[in-house]
Amino acid sequence: MRIQVKVNGTAFESDVEPRLLLVHYLRDVLDLTGTHIGCETSLCGACTVLVNGHAVKSCTLLAVQANGAEITTIEGLASDGKLHPLQQGFWEEHGLQCGFCTPGMILAAHQLLSRNPHPTEAEIRKGLEGNLCRCTGYQHIVKAVQYAAEKAATGGQ
Amino acid sequence: MISESFEYHVPKTIEEALGMIGEFGDESKVLAGGHSLLPMMKLRLASPKHLIDIGRIGALRYIRESEGQLELGALTTHFEIESSSLLKSKCPLLPETAREIGDVQVCNRGTLGGSLVHADPAADWPAAMLAVEAEMVARGPHGERKIRARDFFVDLMATALQSDELLTAIRVSPLPARTGDAYLKLHHPASGFAVVGVAVRLTLAESGSIGEARVGVTGVGAKPYRAEETERLLAGKSPTAKRLEEAAAHAADGVDANSDLYASGDYRKHLAAVYARRAIQRAAERAAGR
Ligand SMILES: Cc1cc2nc3c(=O)[nH]c(=O)nc-3n(C[C@H](O)[C@H](O)[C@H](O)COP(=O)(O)OP(=O)(O)OC[C@H]3O[C@@H](n4cnc5c(N)ncnc54)[C@H](O)[C@@H]3O)c2cc1C
Ligand code: FES
Ligand code: FES
Repeated sequence: MRIQVKVNGTAFESDVEPRLLLVHYLRDVLDLTGTHIGCETSLCGACTVLVNGHAVKSCTLLAVQANGAEITTIEGLASDGKLHPLQQGFWEEHGLQCGFCTPGMILAAHQLLSRNPHPTEAEIRKGLEGNLCRCTGYQHIVKAVQYAAEKAATGGQ
Repeated sequence: MISESFEYHVPKTIEEALGMIGEFGDESKVLAGGHSLLPMMKLRLASPKHLIDIGRIGALRYIRESEGQLELGALTTHFEIESSSLLKSKCPLLPETAREIGDVQVCNRGTLGGSLVHADPAADWPAAMLAVEAEMVARGPHGERKIRARDFFVDLMATALQSDELLTAIRVSPLPARTGDAYLKLHHPASGFAVVGVAVRLTLAESGSIGEARVGVTGVGAKPYRAEETERLLAGKSPTAKRLEEAAAHAADGVDANSDLYASGDYRKHLAAVYARRAIQRAAERAAGR
């Protein structure tokens, strides 16, 4: 089936098999390998991307279901060579160790801050419930999100 | 993990979808949010030859009030319910239940209709649907019919919906005066589903005693149920802690409880009584505050 999507602002048109998962479309067809595959069973959140502004697990969505959608992946966050406040937060607050969960964490956090720009610590933890990290113990991830929220509030990019 | 191949169809209207279901019959499956069906297809526990994606039928996605009833299109997502200001003011049990489901990503995709038709024994929605006596609206080749929540859940992953029907809407009555509701669950620590979940809608009489209480229970047995003995013991009584506890103790009477690695049947029955007591208590407090 022929699909059209806009990924990080660029339009793509592709012929795909209906059973192709969105995560494989992004990684294998569009070569956007920043989106990771962890569990493949909808549990770990490593594959999280934004589809029309909603965080979804792209291992649990068919590429054909995203036909016509605007998709944001980790590759789309930095602009003009400047890191997004969330990326900066993960950098400054040591929000990652191996980095495998990080793209998904950042996009889930992106969803959280778009709905709730000033989350409490509990709200941050709830917002990231669908994302697992095997390294950090989450403490620094929470701090990274707090950093980004603060940065956005003070208008710093 | 890739599913078997299938043909993909995208109906634009309910009529078109029903036509496709009629044409492809048992070889087809309807796809809503896909958060139960796609995992099953990836594990090849389901391998439909035709996948009918109803996700783009706008007429199935809405929350509205009409003729004194609240109506939700089957495609309304858990997140849309959680964040609906209409539901927060008129039927807070639904947003409260939505908040307990899965995680943000699941709530962005998963739909009320999909969860009800899938009828997972540990799903959250069925308890709430029973407590508010929701009415399911089904459309098939012979037109529309309504199914009461207590007739809808038939068995483990089985509902009263026929294979040639679509669930199109869910109707619930808004919270009456002097009424409170509550949903409480024990989350399974790994999956987040309900080990046991109890939803209550409770109305106080003018006198302050309990007029009517409806108690929906999920997670305990193969299918969700109304805790009828508990409801009977509550009616007409004053809501003292002791009375509530006595009534709640019967929340799993006669139920053949599930056992698994995490929770034995006896433990589930114990949890049903504990969560029923807490949910009834909370609903009674809320009823008194209105
Ligand atoms: C990681 C994860 C965690 C989860 N945690 C929870 C939880 O804590 N609590 C909980 O209750 N659920 C949980 N779920 C399940 C989730 O709520 C699902 O979204 C829901 O059960 C199914 O809805 P869906 O729209 O995704 O349906 P789909 O997967 O699209 O469909 C499910 C079934 O219903 C049928 N169907 C769908 N819509 C209709 C319709 N309108 N008419 C007729 N048939 C229809 C389909 O053919 C299919 O058989 C979780 C899921 C995941 C992946
Ligand atoms: S790879 Fe999608 S949730 Fe783990
Ligand atoms: S940093 Fe390694 S999994 Fe999160």
